[in-house]
Amino acid sequence: MTTDVRSDLMRELGAEQLGRFLYQMVLIRIFEERCGELYTRGKIRGFLHLYTGQEACAVGSISCLEERDKILTHYRDHGHALARGLDPNRVMAELFGKATGVAGGRGGSMHLYDAEKGFLGGYAIVAAHLPLAVGLGVAAQMRREDFVTLCIFGDGSVGEGEFHEALNMAVLWNTPTVFFCENNLYGMGVPFKASLSTEIPKLAAAYNMPAVSVDGMDVLAVYEATREAVAHARAGKGPYFIEAMTYRYRGHSMADPELYRLKDEIEEAKRRDCIERLKGQMMEAGMLDEAGFADIEARARRVVDEAVEFAEQSPQPALDTLFDHLYKE
Amino acid sequence: MAIMRMRDALREALREEMLRDERVFLLGEDIGLYGGSYAVTKGLLEEFGEERVRDTPIAESAIVGIGIGAAMGGMHPMVEIMTINFSFLALDQIVNNAAKLLHMSNGQINVPLVIRMASGGGSQLAATHSHSLEGLYAHFPGLKVVCPSTPADAKGLLKRAFRDENTVIFIEHTANYGLRGEVPDDPDFLIEFGVANVVREGTDVTLVGYSGSVHQAVRAAELLEQQEEISAEVIDLRTLRPLDIDTVVASVKKTNRAVIVEDAWRFGGFGGELAAQIMERAFDWLDAPVARVACKDVPLPYNRNLEFHALPSEEDVVEAVLGMFKE
Ligand SMILES: Cc1ncc(C[n+]2csc(CCOP(=O)(O)OP(=O)(O)O)c2C)c(N)n1
Ligand SMILES: [Mg+2]
Repeated sequence: MTTDVRSDLMRELGAEQLGRFLYQMVLIRIFEERCGELYTRGKIRGFLHLYTGQEACAVGSISCLEERDKILTHYRDHGHALARGLDPNRVMAELFGKATGVAGGRGGSMHLYDAEKGFLGGYAIVAAHLPLAVGLGVAAQMRREDFVTLCIFGDGSVGEGEFHEALNMAVLWNTPTVFFCENNLYGMGVPFKASLSTEIPKLAAAYNMPAVSVDGMDVLAVYEATREAVAHARAGKGPYFIEAMTYRYRGHSMADPELYRLKDEIEEAKRRDCIERLKGQMMEAGMLDEAGFADIEARARRVVDEAVEFAEQSPQPALDTLFDHLYKE
Repeated sequence: MAIMRMRDALREALREEMLRDERVFLLGEDIGLYGGSYAVTKGLLEEFGEERVRDTPIAESAIVGIGIGAAMGGMHPMVEIMTINFSFLALDQIVNNAAKLLHMSNGQINVPLVIRMASGGGSQLAATHSHSLEGLYAHFPGLKVVCPSTPADAKGLLKRAFRDENTVIFIEHTANYGLRGEVPDDPDFLIEFGVANVVREGTDVTLVGYSGSVHQAVRAAELLEQQEEISAEVIDLRTLRPLDIDTVVASVKKTNRAVIVEDAWRFGGFGGELAAQIMERAFDWLDAPVARVACKDVPLPYNRNLEFHALPSEEDVVEAVLGMFKE
């Protein structure tokens, strides 16, 4: 592990905060791996998009938010939900389609919600939530509230008109929106270089939005960039764009035969693994030892075990609730 | 009571609701400086300022999406889509976000949003600019669909839309904007959704319409009375979702005949749904199959003669009714 230049930030955050980052990334990793197993056993159905490899993006960015802030994300949303502190039991129960799930079994993997925690949804139509994030910003301005909306999406979004419409209007109306693009190099099987004629931050820059590209396999880099972006938005300076370069270890979804990439590429990405990296940095700084890491893993495993148990034991939604929440009185 | 045009009644409703509730604000293309394509929002920018009356870029999807987001953030926005023809570009936002968030989030997130749009053919605007899509929007559970035919209804229903916690698709027929009528000035004048209006009582046949077609039905009823001594009852549905099928069925049980009049295409249209529901609930009362008078299944041409040949007319309604009395 190379020595990192992030020692200032590490000192500032301290062992406790860094330990939380590490724990959250490990929790997401283990949660997702378990989801993959549960899918093959038929416990989880529908579309399942795993987040392994990208954990630093969720943890680094969401850690910068206050309780009053909002998050909108895409369908690869388990990691974001867990990083925001949604109850793992209820997230797993949602994947099982159970009544105790965060959406009562109506949303499934792609549509997790916890409005009380400002987690306003996973969105399964590519780029459809970007305008919503601008609208939340308009609401914040008009209500004279100072919440910021973090809007997370994949590199595949940049081909959609709504991406451009939303960025343009966010700048025109100076909304407190942080656009966070997880560039994992592929939109399903299409390499992003084949779907975009330029570079992603340049698109934001073209709309006069400040934009940076960061190493999305480095939780500290993501944290640092997002902290800056959130402060910018909260100060009334308008929207901010972050591209986080990352990589997904698993296929696009459980149905992906992965014909479009080579094993070598995956192995290369794993050498830059976000968990290994932070673990190494913390050990080097004397903030963690192997026993400490084993403890983190054990804790995360217990939480995931319990979540699976909870989901298993939870009841199915009653059939007579089918029409619930169709309209609000 | 004051006599006013429908566009003025709509503006009154917006104005009163903006004064009543500071969560209400407006966004759309050319609703501010230009005064609205159909002058509905004229003067509101001057009265309420740029924060509450927002001119937007031409970006229907984002405009509706921003409306949804603002609603999620505690506002009660009104989005004007210049005409219903451009709502195709916002269809995903309307169908996948506005209509579904409450249900998918298990009741956690509602979208109190009013989306107004101008609709209908008959203005020689040719095929891209002449849609009638009330039935399309009524297809989606989670939406409410309102389509007034008179100035008073326009005001009462639009005000009611801002008292709703859900997304309301509010469709205005362009031919109705200049229509005059009496409009109550009581700021609490509301018309409940899901309550059809019996515009004209009759005994021999029930004519059911909504939006622009109500007026055709009324004219047809007058012709039938004068020329054929047939007494037609006319029902204005006012809202397609929720649908007041009870009023329609009660009327059909009395008249034993039903003709549905609509501007939309016949194939797969709302009239088919209505005919099916009438058949399901009043089959034994029917003396003739339910008839539909609708737009012919063709894109609307620019040429006036061709366009009016395609659109339903009161003569078509009369003919459909007479067909039921043959033999
Ligand atoms: C509007 C729309 N078109 C197509 C799809 C099907 N689809 C689902 S995910 C996906 C790829 C998106 O890639 P990206 O935004 O990079 O996110 P990632 O899956 O890499 O996290 C596609 C094409 C969709 N859900 N929505
Ligand atoms: Mg991608």
